[in-house]
Amino acid sequence: MAKPLKDIIRDDPKKTLGVTPEDAKISKAYLSVAFITLLVGGLLGLVQGLERAGLLELPAWLNYYQVLTAHGILLILIFTAAFSIGYLYAGFSHTIGGLLPKVRKMAWAGFSLILVGVALVVATILMNEASVLYTFYPPLAASPVFYIGLVFVVLGIWSCALGVFINYHHWRKNHRGEVTPLFAFFTMGVFILWFFGSLGVTIEVLTLIPWSMGWKETINVMVSRTLFWSFGHTLVNVWYIIATSAWYVTIPKIIGGKIFSDKLARVVVIMLVILNIPGGFHHQIIDPGISETVKFLHVFMSVSIAFPSLMTAFAMFAVFERAGRKKGGKGLFGWFTKLPWGDVRFLAPMVAMIAFIPGGAGGLINTSNQMNQVIHNTMWVVGHFHITVGVTAVLTFFGICYWLVPYISKRQLTPQMNKLGIIQTIVWTVGMILMSGSQHMVGLLGDPRRTSYTTYGDHETALGWIPYEYVMAFGATLLLLGIIIQVYAVFNMMFLATKGESEFPIGEVEINAENTPLWTERWSLWIILLLMVVAMAYVVPIVDFVVNAPPGSPPIKTW
Amino acid sequence: MHRLEEIWLGLSAGVLVLFMVIVGYQAFALGMGPPSHKETIDPQKVDQTEPFDKPGVYETGENEYEVVMTLQAFGFTPNDIEVPAGAEVTFTMTSKDVSHGFQVAGTNINAMVMPGHIQEITHTFEEPGNYLVLCNEYCGSGHQLMSTEITVK
Repeated sequence: MAKPLKDIIRDDPKKTLGVTPEDAKISKAYLSVAFITLLVGGLLGLVQGLERAGLLELPAWLNYYQVLTAHGILLILIFTAAFSIGYLYAGFSHTIGGLLPKVRKMAWAGFSLILVGVALVVATILMNEASVLYTFYPPLAASPVFYIGLVFVVLGIWSCALGVFINYHHWRKNHRGEVTPLFAFFTMGVFILWFFGSLGVTIEVLTLIPWSMGWKETINVMVSRTLFWSFGHTLVNVWYIIATSAWYVTIPKIIGGKIFSDKLARVVVIMLVILNIPGGFHHQIIDPGISETVKFLHVFMSVSIAFPSLMTAFAMFAVFERAGRKKGGKGLFGWFTKLPWGDVRFLAPMVAMIAFIPGGAGGLINTSNQMNQVIHNTMWVVGHFHITVGVTAVLTFFGICYWLVPYISKRQLTPQMNKLGIIQTIVWTVGMILMSGSQHMVGLLGDPRRTSYTTYGDHETALGWIPYEYVMAFGATLLLLGIIIQVYAVFNMMFLATKGESEFPIGEVEINAENTPLWTERWSLWIILLLMVVAMAYVVPIVDFVVNAPPGSPPIKTW
Repeated sequence: MHRLEEIWLGLSAGVLVLFMVIVGYQAFALGMGPPSHKETIDPQKVDQTEPFDKPGVYETGENEYEVVMTLQAFGFTPNDIEVPAGAEVTFTMTSKDVSHGFQVAGTNINAMVMPGHIQEITHTFEEPGNYLVLCNEYCGSGHQLMSTEITVK
């Protein structure tokens, strides 16, 4: 529903002038941090892949678990957060007509907080004071500085979240009776989930700080672990909503189609926000201290997250089919060939979506009680999150770059960059099929995750895993190549590509689509429902852990 | 809503419900639920607490065994367990320090063993052979060395 130009100028004067320069700076800064982090994290990933297969021996001053801790934290926390903020702030600014000055300040404050946090965390890891991996399960105790660094990172993200809430509120006040633009709606959903999802882990980290300093003697291991996973898996779904924002909002425009249903997209966001936080419990399916009944309830809560994804699958393929048929695609599958496969802005997210078919199926296996017992803490899990995070989320992020970076830097996507992007997508896909595929298979044979190179005294079972580890190392090599290409492309488009105006693609709805009802904007209600679901999931086990707690554990350093 | 969309979502919901029914039936009717033992212990007094003051392999019935085991960085006590083929073995375990994972490659034995908690898992070893036991939760710099063997004769 394009508004007449007159109305656009009246409502959102900044929108007609393209990107707001001050807002673009925020996104450029975050994206730069994201892709430098990706390069470092990716390099560490390759080091791990080679070490694990016994192809590389690390020097005495750097061990596998330091590399693994840094790889996890840099890529899972920092790269994704920095990219997400850069992308969402650009789209949010674009669709609501520029950010408020104070919101801009909050984004910069967040930027500084995150950088300070990263510096503290990385320093402790380098000093071998925090080889506790991304999950930092107590009673493994890192240096207090490590936990303080994590607090800074969280505060940085909260600052950006608060900025979005303030600007959203301001927009709504000035646009009574209107629904927010779809992209802004997604942004709200993401930051609300991010905020509530990180509350549990923040409480955990705040209890770990005095404990690691020796002020508090012991810690309740199960409470910490449960609080961690209320965040750990929610984060995954934060990325997932971010990826789907690009699928729903931008892809229809890129392929010359229309948004399938604005309302359906919003219902999917609402469901993901409400249902998500208990999903993390399936990481504890084979833990002691939790009854089988509680575990089964959580299987149900995790499985319910699959439902909105199945709605998305339908909506996206409906968009593809309609766009393909409009371009003359005939027969049952003719439309499929009419899609713009040579456009990286489509190809990368399309591969990402296809990867979610095995990725989502793998997720259902992981969450399903007794089947989890087969794969828990094996390489299978590593294969699973490299196909879901590494392809479904990250390849969508990569695809976004090919229009987002030119948009914020007032440059163009040149044909050469498009071609490079296609090559990047292919390298990434092949690398992930090899790496994730071999990880899935060797995991079923029992190869454990988070373990450096070992043959367990040349046990024949362990020796049988080595060939798969070679394939993993080869896949990891391709992936680093893919990262180098991507980082080059991003900085080329940011600073060197031909100048010009690039569009932020925002899809339009079908002419006969239903109107989006205003009730979708009732965030206070969605938050109450979110809290109710969290209460249903967590009150019983947490009270049980606290009331029936064994004596706690003192801090232990085993590395 | 679109008619095809209704069919798709109806089928999706149906498959998920069926999935839950099967998982629930297996867990509760067939007793295939995951290890979920609920006893606790003082993690700093494991050596003084029964039964962990005497870790070892105990015959508890006809071809039934209990292995009382402690896990600590970076080993399993007792080491090198031997049982006859067809033995039903219950492992009763706890950790003396950090979190560990108890996994026997080539079987469905996989359980988290946390300090302060006692974990139990039962398995029947039908096939003779030499099974690799390993820790599958990162527990420190020697984590990759934490393993032992179960010999089934």
